Amino acid sequence: MGAPVVTSQTVRVEVDGTTYERAVEARRLLVHFLRDDLDLTGTHIGCDTGNCGACSVIVDGKLLKSCMLLAVQADGSSIETVDGLAEDGQLNTVQQAFADHHGLQCGYCTPGMLMSATALLRENSSPSDEEIARAIQGNICRCTGYWNIFKGIKAASGQEVAE
Amino acid sequence: MTESTVTEPLVVEETETRRGYAGQSVPRKEDHRLLQGEGVFVDDVKRHNMGFVHFVRSPYAHAKIRSVDVSKALEHPGVVGTLTGEEAALLTDPFFQISSPPGAHLRDFCLAVGKARFAGEPVAAVVATTRETARDAAELVEVDYEPLPAVTDARRALDDDAPVLHDDAGTNLTWEGVYEWGDLDAAFAEADRVVKISELHFHRFNSTPLECNGALVEYNRGTGQWTIITNNQFPGFAAIMMGPAMRVGLDKLRFVTQDIGGGFGNKITSHPQLVACCLLARKLRRPVQWTEWRTDFHLSMSHGNERWFEDTEVAVKNDGTLLGFRTTALDDAGAWLRYEPLGGVIWAQVTPGMYRWRNIRLDFKQVVTNKAPCSPNRGYSRMQHLWFTERVIDIVAHELGLDPVEVRKRNYIRAEEMPYETPNGCVYDSGDYAKMLDTALELIGYDELESRRVDAEARGRLLGAGIGSTLDSGTNNFGQSRLINPELQFSGNNEVAMVKLDIFGEIVVTLGTTPQGQSHETTAAQVVADMLGCSIDDVNVRAGHDSYWNSHAGFSGTYASQFAVTGLGAVRGATELLAAEMKKLASVVLGCSPDDIELAEGQARMKANPEAALPFMALGAIINANNAGLPEDLDVTLNCRYVYRPPFQPPDVERKFGNLTLTYAAQVHAVLVEVDPETGVYEIVDYAAVDDCGVRINPQIVEGQVMGATAQAIGAATHETFTYDEDGNLLTPNFYDYHVPHALDMPPLRTGNIESPSPFTSMGTKGMGEGGGAGIHAVCAALQDALRSRGNPIVYDSCNPYRRVWELLSDPESSRQRVTVEPG
Repeated sequence: MGAPVVTSQTVRVEVDGTTYERAVEARRLLVHFLRDDLDLTGTHIGCDTGNCGACSVIVDGKLLKSCMLLAVQADGSSIETVDGLAEDGQLNTVQQAFADHHGLQCGYCTPGMLMSATALLRENSSPSDEEIARAIQGNICRCTGYWNIFKGIKAASGQEVAE
Repeated sequence: MTESTVTEPLVVEETETRRGYAGQSVPRKEDHRLLQGEGVFVDDVKRHNMGFVHFVRSPYAHAKIRSVDVSKALEHPGVVGTLTGEEAALLTDPFFQISSPPGAHLRDFCLAVGKARFAGEPVAAVVATTRETARDAAELVEVDYEPLPAVTDARRALDDDAPVLHDDAGTNLTWEGVYEWGDLDAAFAEADRVVKISELHFHRFNSTPLECNGALVEYNRGTGQWTIITNNQFPGFAAIMMGPAMRVGLDKLRFVTQDIGGGFGNKITSHPQLVACCLLARKLRRPVQWTEWRTDFHLSMSHGNERWFEDTEVAVKNDGTLLGFRTTALDDAGAWLRYEPLGGVIWAQVTPGMYRWRNIRLDFKQVVTNKAPCSPNRGYSRMQHLWFTERVIDIVAHELGLDPVEVRKRNYIRAEEMPYETPNGCVYDSGDYAKMLDTALELIGYDELESRRVDAEARGRLLGAGIGSTLDSGTNNFGQSRLINPELQFSGNNEVAMVKLDIFGEIVVTLGTTPQGQSHETTAAQVVADMLGCSIDDVNVRAGHDSYWNSHAGFSGTYASQFAVTGLGAVRGATELLAAEMKKLASVVLGCSPDDIELAEGQARMKANPEAALPFMALGAIINANNAGLPEDLDVTLNCRYVYRPPFQPPDVERKFGNLTLTYAAQVHAVLVEVDPETGVYEIVDYAAVDDCGVRINPQIVEGQVMGATAQAIGAATHETFTYDEDGNLLTPNFYDYHVPHALDMPPLRTGNIESPSPFTSMGTKGMGEGGGAGIHAVCAALQDALRSRGNPIVYDSCNPYRRVWELLSDPESSRQRVTVEPG
């Protein structure tokens, strides 16, 4: 018999400005770590395969699907989620633009959409329609058909939106 | 709270709804929490010591279950218990069957008992302390299967050598009915031509809500009551299914929902899984949590009805006047009848589509196959039938050399004929279909069609135009279930709302519905604020559904295009009662008649002397906390409950005749596609959707529904399909293989609207949200139009991925063999 296999590890992450430290099973996905261990349930899960983007978060400045990453891989990182977008309950520009343009219905894909939009607008302050579509290509929405989401993101960038 | 955009004074007289908030696109009340990730979806809810449920699923489409051995799973660290089909068969009775025999004989439990009938069917359940452990341990459950031959093609299900799924029924034909109205012989005698179509196929898909099904179930041993926190979208139906099966009264089943991540009908029939969770919570003495994995959803949950239309014959005059049709609809229900065979009658809400056909015969046969059970999916059963009528229109027009636009206009039911009684007694309440079509054509620039064809051809592309006309019938008369099974004791419909004025003047609205994105909190608040003469910000609509609120009735839920009628009807009724009580109370305090009181600006005040006013807060405080000295006979609670009940009669079962739904919203879509003739790859280059759902309480929300349904139709028309191989393996079990539209797939969209108020509803509203199927009809029509110059193939399937278009291009003749035109 060899030494017992180590299957868990202590993970320390900063999420939306708060630092957390937890012992985590090595196989636990980051999204389950956020939702189940840290009880940060704003980030959602819509598939098993990395296709839907409901779990999108920004890790050290990079947009990622948190179901495609193990929690232990995120050790030491700084994570931004939907929970950190509003300040003191005031919607930020992107959130408000989604509301203004009815860019959400059931709201389930919305956290991931908002993070993809946030990442896009940081890189590109005045995206074209095509660039917006590419930026949210990894996020599935089954309610809106995306048209109102395009409008919301465009408006959030300060561009004029045709009604 | 988001500020409202309304500035005009909100004076309300005699509790009549005046245009105030209603009719305006006020911001949604739901958005504030949803945009901050603060919605509460079922998987967000946690309880101390809860266990996670994972279902063991059959890998075979059809197999005897010789034994189930859970001992190794139970030994696995972290596992707290299991449930098998054998246990379920002891602890519960089979679910009630809607069908008359032979479908009535199915014995359906929450887990497979003795036999698995589709790949993915739950056979056992394991509960463990983490999701991962439950999943691991499920693999340790040893099930000894004896594989059996499977039938996956409905057309083979009745063959002599086809395996029979349910020995208790003795046949795979679980329900059949003959529907015939008018005089078919006369219609075919009068016809100049008879167009015969041997087979059309409506494919299997569903709306794949982004949130899968789930529940957190707690059992209270002292009271014997379960609390089921879930995202089931029709708790009234789940309760009726679950109570008798679990041998308990409905008071033992408390359903709670809050935010639901899309439903589209696909979250109606989760009752088997909910029963399994209830049994586990009781057995293991701990709360249990079940969240379906995406692959599990695709494998097992609520596929849309797949339907074949066989041996269709259409009687038509040379000028395109449609006289009648006969066809056989063969419906593939999958392995179980969980909501079926209601699809066998729901289609009849729209029997003639939008056309003046008076002579119709449809032989409906529903069979079971070794595939996932079918249950409602947005447009449930009407979409299949309306796709059929639209295909017929285009095929007839093309074969007779007529213009599909003209054939539609010639045969559309006319605005001046409304309300229009269909051959089977349904009453289309209002609408102007020809005007909708004109609007849609204008929006896609139909006048320029021929020059655009030339332009496309110059680029090596084939341009096609297509129209999809569709009805969105809403507010079911559940009496139609008697056409399926005369023994059933269901009829009519209902929904409940409670409106309360509380101590500090809060207006609290409680609904029986279970919205999944339909914005009920917002639209209900619009109606209440207008009727009470207050700000929408002062109206608090509770999120979700809770049986403890007692704001529900047997048909409560959110399904089948009805909230604007049933839900708002209940809201309106309860608000009228509350307004009358507020006036009565104010009249007692102010010493006048209730007729002298008006509600405006958050006050009850004397019309003649607005200075004599009581703020709502004062009224709430008097009744709730300061009521000494009030007249003994003052019958005021300020907590009013109203049950809306639409004016229905049970249908005539013998004639299969009667009004099956109260309102008929309509949509006409027009689309332009460009096809690459070398590859079959095509692109939607222009799209218009025109909607008419009567009076719109919130136009932006209505338009959002139109857009979303359109996107789902585009997905279904082009790619989405639950495809099975011969052995019954699902080939599209997740979003890798099942391609839903993504952002880059969306064509340019123009929307239009006309408003034909319903004469049958108090606000002129109609239920809506399911009319998007028009997109499937329109894409099929556009492809057929585009391919006319290439051998005139017949688009015979509702799903046309590029591969199928290429097949039509490369071998048009085999599709053409489906259609013949004979002299009448």
